Amino acid sequence: MIFNHKHLLGINQLTPEEIMTILDTAESFLEVSRREIKKVPTLRGRTIVNLFFEPSTRTRSSFELAAKRLSADILNFNLLASSVVKGESLKDTILNLEAMNIDALIVRHSASGAPHFISSFCKSHVINAGDGTHEHPTQALLDAFTLRQEKKHFSGLKIVIVGDLLHSRVARSNIILLRKLGAKVVGCGPPSLVPPEFKSLGMEINYNLDEAVERADAIMMLRLQLERQKKNFFPSLREYITHFSLTPQRFKRAKKEAIIMHPGPINRCVELSADLADSVHSVILKQVENGVAVRMAILYLLLGGKDRDATD
Amino acid sequence: MLLIKNGRVIDPAAGIDETLDILIKDGQIAEIKAKITIDSAKTKVIDASRLIVTPGLIDMHVHLREPGFEYKETIASGARAAARGGFTTIACMPNTNPVNDNRGVTEFIMGQAKKANQVNVLPIAAISRGSQGKELTDMADLKEAGAIAFSDDGQPVSSSLLFRRALEYSKMLSTLIIDHCEDLELAANGVMHEGQWSVKLGLKGIPSTAEEIMVARDILLARLTGSRVHLAHISCRGSLELIRWAKENNLPVTAEVTPHHLLLTDQMIADYDPNLKVNPPLRSKEDRQALVQALQDGTIDVIATDHAPHAPDEKDTEFDAAPFGIIGLESALPVLLDRLVQKKIITFSRLIELLSTNPARILGLKNKGHLRVGADADLTLIQPQKKQTIDINFFASKSKNCPFNGWVVKGMAIMTIVGGRIIFNALKK
Repeated sequence: MIFNHKHLLGINQLTPEEIMTILDTAESFLEVSRREIKKVPTLRGRTIVNLFFEPSTRTRSSFELAAKRLSADILNFNLLASSVVKGESLKDTILNLEAMNIDALIVRHSASGAPHFISSFCKSHVINAGDGTHEHPTQALLDAFTLRQEKKHFSGLKIVIVGDLLHSRVARSNIILLRKLGAKVVGCGPPSLVPPEFKSLGMEINYNLDEAVERADAIMMLRLQLERQKKNFFPSLREYITHFSLTPQRFKRAKKEAIIMHPGPINRCVELSADLADSVHSVILKQVENGVAVRMAILYLLLGGKDRDATD
Repeated sequence: MLLIKNGRVIDPAAGIDETLDILIKDGQIAEIKAKITIDSAKTKVIDASRLIVTPGLIDMHVHLREPGFEYKETIASGARAAARGGFTTIACMPNTNPVNDNRGVTEFIMGQAKKANQVNVLPIAAISRGSQGKELTDMADLKEAGAIAFSDDGQPVSSSLLFRRALEYSKMLSTLIIDHCEDLELAANGVMHEGQWSVKLGLKGIPSTAEEIMVARDILLARLTGSRVHLAHISCRGSLELIRWAKENNLPVTAEVTPHHLLLTDQMIADYDPNLKVNPPLRSKEDRQALVQALQDGTIDVIATDHAPHAPDEKDTEFDAAPFGIIGLESALPVLLDRLVQKKIITFSRLIELLSTNPARILGLKNKGHLRVGADADLTLIQPQKKQTIDINFFASKSKNCPFNGWVVKGMAIMTIVGGRIIFNALKK
């Protein structure tokens, strides 16, 4: 088994082999969640902290269930009740938590690079659960897991990512991962939200959604933050929907067996039409189920062995 | 009296690069020629063979943080850092608390500098009251009190009209306006250079255009008013093209660049090191190369450090939360000697032009920046072969936010003389 890391900070740090190791490990954990007794003793006695500096329901619950199904103890760090609002620095917050002898920190933070900063001084394992507009590695891994379930391989697939790429950590992690595994990635959205610098990640850009979805194997719709309109990234929601909403008509241009993905939460009738979201092509709820298995795999690979001699 | 013997004297202003002796008397240069002999027990003789002797280095862009932010730097600690770095004169920006926008603050700064009794400290006063960009300061009164130039550095003047008025009024005072060129709206709270690395790292970008637009504005206002404008810390290729155009058209525009923009790039932020967070941001490899070329072809007139101290715990945080700024007084000369002079990218003489001759000329310091008889006896002695590791733990500055920490470099200031007095001496007996 190829996996030798202390932290999971981003997809960027992983080799294709390591990504496959995570997906293979998740395969075996998927079954655990479908049992009547959804628990294995693997991480019994380990303490994991869910440290969320930004609101999250899905990712936080998914990590919590993953930890509990591996028999770890999990502490949910409540942002509003914390010292952060009293002006404590991020470093002091972490040092105080660490003084309670924890084993891993699952970090969601609004600043890009915050988990990297934390990992530079703390002794625990750090798992990035989304940092600013940088990376969201577990989302990309669960997306890859779902894609592999549906398509069996990655090489040569055409994946279209639609929406606000500029502010999306999901998009960045997915682009990096899919490129590492040999898929073709096309970004689509208004130019203000899909700047040309994204090409440096090895992807193509097409501002026309009809053209972009042509013969696609999968289409990932990104959640649109409605407040972007106020900063003039696009003129109106109406115009955005006209150009970048996935409709049944547009979807016909994709391959017949194409799938529709979304990291959630969905704005129905903004990113995609309601009937597409609920259609057989949509794997959105499978993504959510797979999320728990993939996060169990990551916790297991990082914390599972005893005193592993891991690098970075 | 002080006699500096057998040094390789480099004075670009006089076109000198030869082995000479320099005699210092009453804080001035009394004589400069080969083989001066003095028969006086009162004369201290410094053997400068194997050393380079230059006019004292002048850093026309530093932040000393006093009054208001003494935990980051004081005038005394900054002046000490300057002396250790080989600088004999520094000009400090007005973004203190209170802002240096009135005679009281200017006089306070000069008083603190006098108490520190190290290098010459020249206060730069604000262009607008409180650097709010609304009303001009009492520029004549400030100049009379000792302000060497005017700038709203750190909080640049957005209003083109106010900037025009400042330029017009400055002409009457024969003073200098220095601008930090940044269109704040376009910069849009970015934290690093906008380009492929900001996209990869998910950090908000500041486009080069935010600087270029203001460089273009300032050049055109210099043309309109005929007043001198000095462009601080130029960071990108587009600005250099505009400055070249200005110089070809004989407009009264000068420009400076920092050691960090000459030697570091945005790509180095890959690990989110807050010590690399600076404004203007570290730009692309292509921009860096263009800046180095502009040193060679004369587009750039000055190297200044933009020494911007921040306390260690302010920088020990996530990248977004860290303040902008890099300190440079104690690392500038060694890194420039090692990476530009030793590597033969520019000559020794050109470096001294950028660090002494030109800043003295631009600031109107008639008795500094050269070694003619009668000049202030401000000198820097450089040991070009001395190898060292830059180590923040030995800095005199109160702050440690220096990205050059750990660099192994060859060449450093070994003695700093201000007004004929040795204020820093690392020469072994």
